[in-house]
Amino acid sequence: MTDDDVRRLREMLRIRRFEEKCAELYSAGKIRGFLHLYIGEEAVAVGAMRALESEDAVVATYREHGHALARGIPMDRLMAEMYGKREGCSRGRGGSMHVFDARTRFYGGNAIVGGGLPIAVGLALADKMLRRPRVTACFFGDGAVAEGEFHESMNLAALWKLPVLFLCENNLYAMGTRLDRAQSQTDLAAKARAYLMTAESVDGMDVVSVEHAATRAAEAVRRGEGPVFLELRTYRFRAHSMFDAELYRDKSEVETWKVRDPIAALITSLKARDAATDAVVAEAEQAVSAEVERSVQFAEAGTWEPVDDLTRDVYTPIEQPAGVRP
Amino acid sequence: MNTSTYRDAVRSGIRDALLKDPRVFLMGEDVGKYGGSYAVSKGLLAEFGPDRIRDTPLSESTFVGAGIGAALGGMRPIVEVMTVNFSLLALDQIVNNAATIRHMSGGQFSIPLVIRMATGAGRQLAAQHAHSLEGWYAHIPGLRILAPATVEDARGMLQPALDDPDPVLIFEHQTLYNMEGPLGDDGKRVDIERAAVRRPGADLTLITYGGTLGKTLQAAEMVAAEGIDAEVIDLRSLRPLDMPTVLESVRKTHRAVVVDEGWKSGSLSAEIVTRLVEQAFYDLDAPLARVCTAEVPIPYPKHLEDAAVPQPSAIADAVRAVIGHRG
Repeated sequence: MTDDDVRRLREMLRIRRFEEKCAELYSAGKIRGFLHLYIGEEAVAVGAMRALESEDAVVATYREHGHALARGIPMDRLMAEMYGKREGCSRGRGGSMHVFDARTRFYGGNAIVGGGLPIAVGLALADKMLRRPRVTACFFGDGAVAEGEFHESMNLAALWKLPVLFLCENNLYAMGTRLDRAQSQTDLAAKARAYLMTAESVDGMDVVSVEHAATRAAEAVRRGEGPVFLELRTYRFRAHSMFDAELYRDKSEVETWKVRDPIAALITSLKARDAATDAVVAEAEQAVSAEVERSVQFAEAGTWEPVDDLTRDVYTPIEQPAGVRP
Repeated sequence: MNTSTYRDAVRSGIRDALLKDPRVFLMGEDVGKYGGSYAVSKGLLAEFGPDRIRDTPLSESTFVGAGIGAALGGMRPIVEVMTVNFSLLALDQIVNNAATIRHMSGGQFSIPLVIRMATGAGRQLAAQHAHSLEGWYAHIPGLRILAPATVEDARGMLQPALDDPDPVLIFEHQTLYNMEGPLGDDGKRVDIERAAVRRPGADLTLITYGGTLGKTLQAAEMVAAEGIDAEVIDLRSLRPLDMPTVLESVRKTHRAVVVDEGWKSGSLSAEIVTRLVEQAFYDLDAPLARVCTAEVPIPYPKHLEDAAVPQPSAIADAVRAVIGHRG
């Protein structure tokens, strides 16, 4: 087993166990608001992030815990954000849906479906104008494809040859609306090709396939060949949010997809090649479990922002320089 | 002191900013080859090239959002939206992103973005090109809203807006572009924090901004002939409101009329009147009054459009009524 295999496994486990803990904490009333779990889709975030460099930018959606962890936002600060504590990565002001982190160039955590795409286009425009060989990775779901902002952004990125890597996480459902009930054309890569963009559909349940496709795509984007679109075919194992009775899909469909669980699939393929896998998995599980526990302790020990600070961060204090230093 | 049109003054402000800071660029529909739908950016493409004078597709939401992203990426974009009615197509980006990202990120990211747009009625452009929706934007925490009413402000507000680390929306009333006025050659900065007293007076305070400043000053001259000495305040900034300047005036005159081309219901004029009631109730000698646009989408025919929006005669009538009031 290579180091890369271990890292892929461990990163996916971190997301899975973190979110299982979040669901538990939601039931316990520690986490409130909307909580959207990524369980089942871990291969997408982990594979795609491994294709990025530290100076690249990430724009994600409201189902972004996986992206945040895979991008390197510390789990303890993410958990504190879930709690709404001051030690959270967005100072507690954002919560589950609005994770931001300047250090890893993580620009949200955008909970308006499709709303992140224009921002990604603009981040890439700045890079192009400043001649920085960077990639902006923009994650969105199949639901976003129905939004006007998707089409406007695809057009503008292609027209101006901007360095955006569009990563469409097709989990087949926009909340409860299945793709074929929302789209006349369900081949999402075809929509990107209509804008003369290089586009590919990838098995989003296989972390290695995602990583290879994303790496090829990111290299092309970085070379200045313009935007690339990847459709990552995946599936959400859990409900849309904690308030979803899942009336819109059959249990059998979920079970069929669970057979392709990206973590179990990776372990199976590793076992076929390497007898030592069981021990490595156990070790990874143990390390992740300890990290999750530490993150809960960190969040529990965190502090509530004083109400006196309620209106801070609406405007930038005058003494602070504008924007984030590029 | 030279004279300039408002249009040329806006262009001069943009040109100065482009010359001063390589991070500044202008982006919007027809700002380049066409020269701007109100000819504001005419000639800038030839001088600065297509990288910095960017024609965009008709995709308001995405080019405004791209302005937000470019600002996050270290640029200083000036985004032009043709008219305030079209800006509604970008409302998601302005309200959900530009105004919130600093807050949602716990102060990690500011959005140093300037969005300029035309607003207001007066050119028979009917109900999808002539509304005054700046008051809506003034509702939103996280934004700064400016309304240059003079040639000097048309040029001088841009640089402080670009220096602001947060998003600034500048509303240029479309009837002002041809207006001529004095313009110094020193490129003086405008204090965008402060309202301006455009006409000192002792008897009553007229509070207005943007496209209705000229009409309000005309009304003040009309009533001056009758012995009423009105003070005229140009708000300049619609968010935040410079209430100290307004209150100082009203505490002196004890009477006020608000003139606003927005509709009355749920409006900026309602906000100003409310703040006066909250903060200066015992200083008032008469009920407050408002002259606003009739509650109708802007009609096309000239006589109906004129009847819909505030006119000097209506403002003068309101002044007379408030002065005549003996509580």
